[in-house]
Amino acid sequence: MGLTRRDILRWLATAGAGTAAAAWAKGGAAGLLALVREARAAAEGRPEGSAHSGEGMARDAAETRQWVMVVDLARCEGCRTLDRPPQCTVACTAEHHVPFDQEWIKVYEADDHGHHYFLPTPCMQCEKAPCVDVCPVGASYHAENGIVLIDHQRCIGCRFCMAACPYAARHFIWGDPPELPQTALVKYSPEYPLPYRRGTVVKCMFCAHRAREGRLPACVEGCPMGALYFGDYETDLASNGAEVVRLSRLLQERHAYRLKEKLGTRPRAWYLPGHGEAFLGQTPGDGAGVQGGAG
Amino acid sequence: MNAAYRRLEAASFRPLTEHTRGFLALVAGLFFVAGWGAYAWSLQLRHGLAVTGLNDLVPWGFYITNFVMFIGISHAGTFISAVLRLTGVGWRKPVVRMAEFMTIASLVVGAMMPLVDLGRPERILNVLRFGRLESPILWDLVSITSYLVGSLIYLYLPLIPDIARCRDALGDRVPAWRRRLYTALAAGWRNTPGQREALERGIRTMCVIIIPVMISVHTVVSWIFAMTLRTGWHSTIFGPYFVVGAIYSGIAAVITGMAIFRRAYRLQEWFTDRHFVYLGNLLLATGLFYFYFTFAEYLTIGYKLEPADKALLLELMVGRYAWVFWFWWLAGWLVPVLLLALPPTRNAWGVVTASVLINVGMWVKRYFIVVPSLALPLMPYEWALYRPTWVEFSIVIAAFAGFALLLAGLAKLFPLISLWEMEEDLAGEAPAREERPRVGRRAARKSGRVTRPAVAWGDGGEEGGAND
Repeated sequence: MGLTRRDILRWLATAGAGTAAAAWAKGGAAGLLALVREARAAAEGRPEGSAHSGEGMARDAAETRQWVMVVDLARCEGCRTLDRPPQCTVACTAEHHVPFDQEWIKVYEADDHGHHYFLPTPCMQCEKAPCVDVCPVGASYHAENGIVLIDHQRCIGCRFCMAACPYAARHFIWGDPPELPQTALVKYSPEYPLPYRRGTVVKCMFCAHRAREGRLPACVEGCPMGALYFGDYETDLASNGAEVVRLSRLLQERHAYRLKEKLGTRPRAWYLPGHGEAFLGQTPGDGAGVQGGAG
Repeated sequence: MNAAYRRLEAASFRPLTEHTRGFLALVAGLFFVAGWGAYAWSLQLRHGLAVTGLNDLVPWGFYITNFVMFIGISHAGTFISAVLRLTGVGWRKPVVRMAEFMTIASLVVGAMMPLVDLGRPERILNVLRFGRLESPILWDLVSITSYLVGSLIYLYLPLIPDIARCRDALGDRVPAWRRRLYTALAAGWRNTPGQREALERGIRTMCVIIIPVMISVHTVVSWIFAMTLRTGWHSTIFGPYFVVGAIYSGIAAVITGMAIFRRAYRLQEWFTDRHFVYLGNLLLATGLFYFYFTFAEYLTIGYKLEPADKALLLELMVGRYAWVFWFWWLAGWLVPVLLLALPPTRNAWGVVTASVLINVGMWVKRYFIVVPSLALPLMPYEWALYRPTWVEFSIVIAAFAGFALLLAGLAKLFPLISLWEMEEDLAGEAPAREERPRVGRRAARKSGRVTRPAVAWGDGGEEGGAND
């Protein structure tokens, strides 16, 4: 679509009205605005589960982001050709200082009737989230942008949400988390819940704190294959850091599916079928592949 | 007041005033075990749940198993007491109070287990501050709290006349604080016709109220599991399945308790073989019901064999959990049912042996209801492992010690057998108005091979007092 990294950043930056204004003030956002307008016009073509309310439509699009993630399985080969651990997991772990060898975006090696493929799994941010349903104290909740967050100051550590999650996306701070100098001054927020609190539940939050600042999630930036897209139902756009695409078209054309669809949890992580074939025999970084790293 | 009643009163008051060396040794031992568990818990409080074998994939283990176990046991007191009272079964009278003591003790211990399991026990009040009724945990909280309060009232009401007897009869034989306690708890009971009328109305009312509450308790405990999308838990019959399992394990616990108290308190005259056999019949009936539910549960998933169900069943039947699975079938079900059903073992020894086996077996059963469904891979990976640590073993064992201590404490404070209700029968009076002991009599006649005890409790006025 001929968009540059700057456009992507601007699109993301509009997540916060203030940042958006700042971005526009710098000018040059015409291409992006056109895209947003176009996306709005195509609102009826939204995929099922875009969970928008009339109220949401009335508000500024910038405030009603409905974040989703798209995993292009055709491009994911578990970083095997790199001979390195999955880079999305590595980037996530570094970004969040994930403790205790937890993997908030775990790449499973799936063997499905002889089809061998890699399955990166962030938290699915289900629209009908079993974890949110069962929480006795409302510590797990949906943010307005659709991301399931945890209030670690309220969580009592009963782990019912972990038992209820069909995707094993939740983790527990079983013991005292390591104290890190980098996190000592971080102000706690459910979007970036550092420092971690013993006896509470943690998980992937689609890097809500980064989206707020107009940055792609760490895993999306970290993926050398461009296999991870971060998208928004409201503007109907998605980006893997290299290109901006129309979300609904991507999902439709690539026959997107969601994990355990029949459970009715309506996940916000979509999968484009494939077996890593897009990169077999190629050097990562070629083609649409992007080396991560902010800005 | 006849000799039979005086013997009962003497036997009931003796433990309240005399403490044998054996009892003190038992209490010391129990305190040691409970103290060890408290030490283990203190370690867990200091270092977090990292000291357990729980992990991200198996977030619940021994503590939740123990929770289900103890809440299950709590059903027997009410079942034996309220259901048999409502149906006018006369032979219940000597055993109901002990069963109700067990209900209270097991509820208190059972309710502690989720607290032990919490990552942030100090935030428990958040459940009241921010409680969401959409969460099954709130259902549990409401249900178990109601049951505890209801059970306390239901225990207390029939206790009032006996507390008054303690107040009047024990005198200097008990320390001053207990005299004051009895005076306060007796609530001015003078056995006037008005008081009696009010008491019996209260008991009847509570009896009706407490039964649905009891059923709700294990139903919502099961719903903690059944409200999730987990293979093995995702079942519609979990409510009744758990309730029957609770009564099955609860009656077994009551029988075990009866055997212990009969020996320790020398209650052979009142906890007769017939009581063991009758309760054994109830146990057999619930055991068969429980088989029906278990069979239905496994057949309905085993016939279709969806991949996840198949994986779970295989792991249970021939995999890592096979030894607990078959242990339950054998020791928790088949052998006890045979002991209870076959004539040569339909006696106190057979019933007590079956009960002890069921106690152990039902703990194991709860373990393999809770853990394998969590360990089952949700995503494409291997089965998760759960290896409980010594901390979890210690706390679970300490819970049993705490249960025994609570029970022993209650049995040291109050008469273990309901004196005033027994007196009605022993004195040869007509049974109280609400008693329609025909069920008891019919049951008594049917079980002809049972040695008739000296006194046929509740068999009606004509036989009452005909002992010795």
